[in-house]
Parts: sequence; C-alpha cells; structure tokens
Amino acid sequence: MITKEHPMTPLLRMDRIPHIWCPTCGIGTAVSCFAAALKQNEIPLEKVAIVSGIGCTGRVAGYMKVDSFHTTHGRAIPFATGLKLARPEMKIVVFSGDGDLFAIGGNHFIHAARRNMDLTVICVNNFIYGMTGGQLAPTTPLSAKSTTSPYGNYEHPFNLPHLAASCGATYVARWTALHIRRLTNSMSEALNKKGFSFIEVIAPCSTVYARRNRLGSGLDLMKFYHDNCEIKNGANPEEADIGFQSKIIVGKFVDKEKPSFIDNMHVGLKRALGDKYIPYGGDDGAK
Amino acid sequence: MKFWRTPLDADKIKVPHGETYVIKERCKGCGFCVEFCPKRALRLSDEFNIKGYHPPEMIGKDECVNCGLCEMICPEFAIYCLEEEEVQVEG
Repeated sequence: MITKEHPMTPLLRMDRIPHIWCPTCGIGTAVSCFAAALKQNEIPLEKVAIVSGIGCTGRVAGYMKVDSFHTTHGRAIPFATGLKLARPEMKIVVFSGDGDLFAIGGNHFIHAARRNMDLTVICVNNFIYGMTGGQLAPTTPLSAKSTTSPYGNYEHPFNLPHLAASCGATYVARWTALHIRRLTNSMSEALNKKGFSFIEVIAPCSTVYARRNRLGSGLDLMKFYHDNCEIKNGANPEEADIGFQSKIIVGKFVDKEKPSFIDNMHVGLKRALGDKYIPYGGDDGAK
Repeated sequence: MKFWRTPLDADKIKVPHGETYVIKERCKGCGFCVEFCPKRALRLSDEFNIKGYHPPEMIGKDECVNCGLCEMICPEFAIYCLEEEEVQVEG
C-alpha cells in the first residue's frame, strides 16, 4: 500500500489539525519549514521545547508534537530562559509573533539578547496584530493602514534584525515565507548555534494587513515578496529597514561566536566558589 | 519532459519523477502550490472540498520532479510528493 500520510505528521499534533490560521496566512509555511529543519537535523523530539506567547503565531506551540508551552502575553522569552537554565541539554525555541516579542515582550527580548541566552527565537512578522483585529503593531511600516491607524501609520517601525544585532545576538537572519529552503537552512543553523539566535520570518496576513491596505490576498503578498526581495547575506542590518510595500532586504546578517550566558555563569561561579560549585543539570550543564 | 535541445549530459542525468498527493479536506485553497510550482504542474480543480474550497490537482502525470516545494510551502500540511519509484516499491 502507498503510505497516504503527510511526511510532517510525526512532528505535528494531528488531532488539532486543521489549524485556525486563515487561508493564505504564512505562519503554516513557517511551521512547515521549522518541522523540516528538525527533521533535517535528526534532533530527538524529546530534546526540543517550543515556547510561544499570545497571538496568531502563539498557537504554534499547540500544533507541534514536542514539549511546548503557551505562555502569557509577551512572556515567552522569560519562560524559555528559565526552561533553558533548568534543562541546559534541551534546545529551546521561542516561536512567536512580532507584537508578542517586540511590543509586549520587548524588554525581555532585549535582555535575553544582551545576556546571550542560549535560545533560538523565531519571530513571524506579519506587520500587524492579527488575532485581536488588526491594530497598529510596532512593526507596521510607515503609512500602512490598520484598525487603529485608519489614515495611515505615522510612527517609525522597528527594524527587527538591527535591534537583535545591536543587542548582541550571535545569529540574525531575515527571510520571508516564500524563501522556504533558505529559511529551513537558517533554522537548522540557528538550532545548532550556541547563543542567542534570531530569525525574522516575514509572513503575509491576508485577513487584516492585506485587506486594510487593499493589497489583495496573501497570495498577492507572496508574489510581491517574489518580485521585491533582495538577498544580501552579510548586509548591515541597519540598512534593512522595511517601508510600506518597499524592497525587502533578506539574508543572514550576523553569524558570530560569543560565550553564552550559561558559559559565563559557569566561569563566574567557578571563580567565586571554586570546587564547591556543582553545575546544575549535571555534566550537560557544564558543556 | 521537453527540452529545447537535448542536453549534452542527458544520458548521465536522471530527472527525478514524483507524484503529488493532496489531502483534499485540509486544503484552504490559498493557491501557493499552484502559483509557485516550478514545473507549473498543478492547478486548482473544479471540485469542492468539505470546507468549500477548490483543492489543487495535477495537470499531467509526468510534470512533477519531486522537488518538494508544494510540500514545504503549503500552510495547511495538505500536499506532499513522493518519488515515483518509492511508491512502486511500496505498492
């Protein structure tokens, strides 16, 4: 018999599929790429944990068949930090949206990047608060319309790769939901990277962002990404600003080595306590 | 597969051949697979699924090269390809 089963089935909680994301939403593609990255690396599923915040992307934790936690709004990174310190041998992935990570949880992001916590942060950026009805997000480009900016946005948005890089992240990349192979490779690099790795995934939001701005459907946004994305690996993230329907610079911006928080913690406590110091988490913790 | 001229290494290179499977009930008719299939091997069918969307179907049997793009880009986990030989062995 032909195996009539989707290859992603072992990585997904199939009892929860179909998911709640709208038709032509890009979050499903990001999840698919992440599942492919897990498969590519042959990481045992019990060694991975996903932490999500609130929002459309916050639902990812519920659909992946790994240890997962759906935290309160904006608090995915603090929860993941605690999880990493308690179980240093696990790979902790924060999968959340732009509003959750950068508006409500903005400070947590900055400080986790400053400490170089050993986390992989995947931010699905759809430029708007999707689940609550399309309010202005800190990533909404200038002049874009949202429910709370019906005459066009006049606030400067965040440049997420620049923010992450300037706070000290060791791996910073940006791709769109269209760059599936590059996104998958980037995710597996980030999973194997020691220290704070950040990937921004630009995804279409058809129901609020595209509809409010008269941009058609998510498929039209995908075609827009196809025509207007410029791959510039190693570009200065400062120049990777996104304007309303302007050219999008994608690529791997930062990939450097730096001692992580756990490394520094072991060195510092060893210096202070000497032989009395026993690393938490056994031998794995000292690595 | 059609070429505008026979490639010089045509005897050495084997073009993979795949078969695309659609889980019709899961499809939300976004059209990503139809739009971005590098071989243009898919189209939206006329039939309706349980949600009222048109799931994709293959245009010809021979077009698919098992690249897996539709499988990766599908936000609904509703389409996948298998290599043709692999299917024959299992069948």
